[in-house]
Amino acid sequence: MSELLLELADDELILGWRDSEWTGIAPFLEEDVAFSSIAQNEIGHARAVYELLARERGTTADELAFDREPAEYRCSALVQLRLVPDWARTIARHVLYEEEDERRVKELMSSEDAEVAGLAAKIDREEAYHRIHAQMWAERLRGEPRYEAALEELRPLVSRRDGTSSEFAGLWEEMTMVRRSVPGAAW
Amino acid sequence: MVITADRVREALAEIPDPEIPVISLVDLGVVRDVAVEGRRVHVEFTPTFLGCPALETMRAAMEEKIRELGAEPDVEVVLDDSWSTDRITPEGREKLRASGFAPPAPRQAGAPTLVQLTSQVFRCPYCGSTETRLDNIFGPTPCRSIRYCESCRQPFEQFKTI
Repeated sequence: MSELLLELADDELILGWRDSEWTGIAPFLEEDVAFSSIAQNEIGHARAVYELLARERGTTADELAFDREPAEYRCSALVQLRLVPDWARTIARHVLYEEEDERRVKELMSSEDAEVAGLAAKIDREEAYHRIHAQMWAERLRGEPRYEAALEELRPLVSRRDGTSSEFAGLWEEMTMVRRSVPGAAW
Repeated sequence: MVITADRVREALAEIPDPEIPVISLVDLGVVRDVAVEGRRVHVEFTPTFLGCPALETMRAAMEEKIRELGAEPDVEVVLDDSWSTDRITPEGREKLRASGFAPPAPRQAGAPTLVQLTSQVFRCPYCGSTETRLDNIFGPTPCRSIRYCESCRQPFEQFKTI
C-alpha cells in the first residue's frame, strides 16, 4: 500500500511540474488556464499523499518530495518526459495518464484504511474534471496522425517504473535546487 | 466570557474566504466541527480543493480568531471526502450570486460528465438569463469554471460541483 501511495504522489508531483511548463505558452488562453489549474490540483494531491506517508514514516512531506536522490523516485517514465512545446504528445500523455490514474484511485477508494479511502475519494472528485478535459481533447484529436503516433509511442511508458531518465535529472535539479541551497529550510 | 462552540462559530463566521471574500468560511461549509474543552478549541476543517493555496491562510486566520477569544486553537485539517459544494450554506450561495458567481449545481451520485456540464442550466448571475454556455471547465482558481452568457454577452465564473 505504502509503495502504491508513493508511486501516486511521485506521479502527481512530477506530472504537476510538467503540466505547469505550459503556463503562459499553451496554444490558447483556455488551455493555459486549464493546464495551470490541473498542475495545481496534481501538486495538491501529491502534497496530501506525501503528508499521509510522512506520518507513517516519521518524516515530512517536503522531505519526501524534495530530499530524495533521483533514483529513489517512483514516478513512471510517462510523467518524466518534458513535452513542451509538443501539444499532440502532451494530450496523448494526459489521456493515457488519466486512464491509468482513474484505475489506481478507484482501487485506493476501496482500501480498508479509512484515511486512504477518504483521501482517494476526494482526489477522485477533482480528477473527474481532468478526465472530462482529457476526453474532450481525445475526441477532438482522434484520427490525427501526430496524436495517434504519440499514443503509440507513449503507451508503453505508463507502467514503466524502472528508474529515472536523463530528462528527469534536469527536472530534479530544478525542483530541488532551493532546498539543496539551504538544507533544512522551512517556509 | 465563557467560550462555547456557538461563540467560536460566530467568530469563525467573520473570516472571509481569502479568494472569494464575499463569503465567510462558515458560509463555505469548511468548518466541519467545533469542540470546546476548557480553554482548548478543536476545529475540524475540510479543504475545498487539495491544491487550494488559501488553505494555510484559512488555517492561520482561524487560529488567530480563536486566540482573540482567549482560547488555545487546535485546527485539524481533515483530508477526506466530507466537504462538498453542497455544504455551502443558502446564505453563502446567495452572496456568491450577488457578486457575480453562479453557485454550484447539487452533487450527484456519480462523477460529473461533459454532457452534464454542457447541458445543465446555469443562470447568468448578472442578467438572470439561462442562455449560458460552458466556456472552460477550468478558471482562475481550481474551484471555478468559466461560462458565457449569450444574452448579456458577459463571461462569468461558476463554482464547480465537487
